[in-house]
Amino acid sequence: MRVSQSTAKPAVITTPSDTEIHIVRTFEAPRDLVFRAYTDAKLLSQWMGPRKYKMTIEEMEVRPGGRWHFTHIDTDGTKYGFHGEFREIVRPERIVQTWNFEGMPGESLQTAVFQEHDGRTTVTSTVKFERKEHRDGMLASGMENGMNEGYDRLDELLRTTH
Amino acid sequence: MNNDNLSTTFQAVADPTRRIILARLAHGEATVQELARPLPMSQPAVSKHLKVLERAGLIERRREAQRIWCRLQAKPLHDVAVWATEFQQYWDESFERLDDLLEKEKGNRQ
Repeated sequence: MRVSQSTAKPAVITTPSDTEIHIVRTFEAPRDLVFRAYTDAKLLSQWMGPRKYKMTIEEMEVRPGGRWHFTHIDTDGTKYGFHGEFREIVRPERIVQTWNFEGMPGESLQTAVFQEHDGRTTVTSTVKFERKEHRDGMLASGMENGMNEGYDRLDELLRTTH
Repeated sequence: MNNDNLSTTFQAVADPTRRIILARLAHGEATVQELARPLPMSQPAVSKHLKVLERAGLIERRREAQRIWCRLQAKPLHDVAVWATEFQQYWDESFERLDDLLEKEKGNRQ
C-alpha cells in the first residue's frame, strides 16, 4: 500500500486546440533526473503505467529516428502495445516522439518539455492528434473544461438518460 | 472495450450538430420536428445526422402516431467516458510511481 505524499497531485489535463491534449505535472526532483526517468528504459519500466500492469520494453533507442516499443500486461494476461519513433531528443529539455496505441485509431505526436524551478521539475506534455475527430471523442466526455468537471457533467448527462 | 465501437462513437460525436442533438436528448425523448426546429438546416439534413447517431447506437428511433421519436442511448457515451477516465488514471498512477522512483533515485545519489 502506497503512503500518499503531500506533493502528489493529479496531472492537469486540458485541451489547448482542436487536436491537442496538454498534460502538466510537477515533480520534486531536478530536471536531469526526471529526464533520465523518461529516457532510461530501466527507470521508465518502473513507473510508466498503472501499478497492476507488468511492463516490458521491447525497443528503446533514444535518438532522432530511433524506435521505441513497450507492452503493458494486465493481470489477466491482456497485452496493450504502444510503439513509435523518437523525432527529437534535447537533453535534458525536450523529447518529441510519435505514439501509437496498438488497436486504437490514429497516431499522435507527443512533445514533452522539462522545466526546472527551485529544484522541482514541471513536465508539460502536448499530445497532438492527427485528426480532430480522435480528439473530439474526448471532448464529448467533457475534457474541454478539465477532466474532472467533464466527468461530473457526463455523469449528469448519463443520469438524466436512465 | 471494443475499439471499433469507440471509433464509431468518436466519429458520430465529432460533429457539433450531432452533439447539440445529443445534449437535447439528454433532457428526454424528442420528435424529429422538435430536434430540427432550433437547428439552422432542413429536416432532411437533421434526419441524416440522426441516421449517423442511430448507426453508432447513440440514439433509438421509434414511430408513434405519425411521428418519429428519438431517445438517447447512454452506453456508447459511457464507453467513451470510461476510456477518458482511464486516460487520466493512467497518467496519475504513472506519475505517482514516478514520484516514488525519483525519491528513491535522489536517495541513491546522496
